[in-house]
Amino acid sequence: MKASAASRNALRAGLILLVFAFVGTAILAFTYQATEPTITRGQQAAKLALLGQVLPASLHDNDLLNSRRSLPPDELLGTRIDSSMWLAQRNGQFSGVVLEAIAPDGYSGNIALLIGIDAQGRVTGVRVTAHRETPGLGDYIEHAKSAWIDQFAGKSLGNPVAKHWKVVKDGGAFDARAGATITPRAVVRAVKGALDYFAKHRAEFSTPRAKEPQA
Amino acid sequence: MMSMTEFRSLFHNGLVKQNTGLVQLLGLCPLLAISNNVINAASLGIATMLVMAASSGAVSSVRHFVPNEIRIPVFVLIIAALVTVIDLAMNAFVHPLYLVLGIFIPLITTNCIVLARADAFASKNHPLHSVVDALAMGLGLTLVLVVLGGIREIIGQGTLLSGIDLVFGASAKSFVLHVLPNYHGFLLAVLPPGAFIALGLLIAANNRYNARSTQRARATIPAAA
Repeated sequence: MKASAASRNALRAGLILLVFAFVGTAILAFTYQATEPTITRGQQAAKLALLGQVLPASLHDNDLLNSRRSLPPDELLGTRIDSSMWLAQRNGQFSGVVLEAIAPDGYSGNIALLIGIDAQGRVTGVRVTAHRETPGLGDYIEHAKSAWIDQFAGKSLGNPVAKHWKVVKDGGAFDARAGATITPRAVVRAVKGALDYFAKHRAEFSTPRAKEPQA
Repeated sequence: MMSMTEFRSLFHNGLVKQNTGLVQLLGLCPLLAISNNVINAASLGIATMLVMAASSGAVSSVRHFVPNEIRIPVFVLIIAALVTVIDLAMNAFVHPLYLVLGIFIPLITTNCIVLARADAFASKNHPLHSVVDALAMGLGLTLVLVVLGGIREIIGQGTLLSGIDLVFGASAKSFVLHVLPNYHGFLLAVLPPGAFIALGLLIAANNRYNARSTQRARATIPAAA
């Protein structure tokens, strides 16, 4: 059988493409192998730093990253899929918790939050981890853009009282910038929800459920 | 290897004659998405420029081994692999910079200007010329992005260089210029429609400038004859 010139050309082109694909894959595999440990270490450090921003390091002496537990979806947290929680301990005593919560009613969809709460039920810090609010308008909830989110620190269910867990414009105690009230309203509601969740499940946090099997 | 005139004509081509943002109108998706302030715009522009230089250099170096029929898949493969390598390497070794530019890197792969330069220029020219051409094109894009970002930031927020602390650390926060103090902002400029309107005005201004200079050239030729 004699291959025509056209099919020989096609075969040649195919082989060349194969060589390029092979070299490309090899380069990618090599780069991935070489960078993977550094990247994982960086991500762990970033995660720990973020947890440290919402829960001061002085509050715990356990390995916070490995204290992660998975929580089922809960309306108070605004979560529709499993979320994470980190349990802080000091001298073997429950000293605080970091909860993942979702504010589902932002101006453009979900606002993902990380909320630290100490054993007395006071907020130790709140950070926005993901959002799609309008740049330059609603994005002042990001700590990198403004200190707005710091006003939650020290607040609890009794301080301010429940009817003041609103933005100033709605008669509450929390500041919001003119022109962008929907975003902070959603965040305030989500923080309040997380505190309610904490109050409801407080007992489970301090008496760890019968020693989970170590992974 | 490369004469000064060649060098200058490549830069003139990239910055003025075939400016990607104003004349070729290529790669507008990231251009419109990211140009809501100067810092974002400059960061994306510089990242794109470096990726273009690297991919043009790579494409040009292998141009003799690539049959014409399969050149596009090969170029796409080279660019995608290169961008992924840059993405991984930046994440691992220059993490602070990655946090700022990281979100832009995947956007660069969607930027057709990178492939356009690889196919239109790098596949036919010497690697050195290709890299210079890519740098010039990238610089032209960066300049348009920065101007667009500046216009949108001033009108939208009344500031310039906001977010500079994300690039240079918290101490740079004082570099933010509050051009219009106590300004309440103009949302339209920050949102995507503002990008279209501002870019349209820039293109119009550029076209008018070009029309004028050709007119003037035409007017002077008969006079000289």
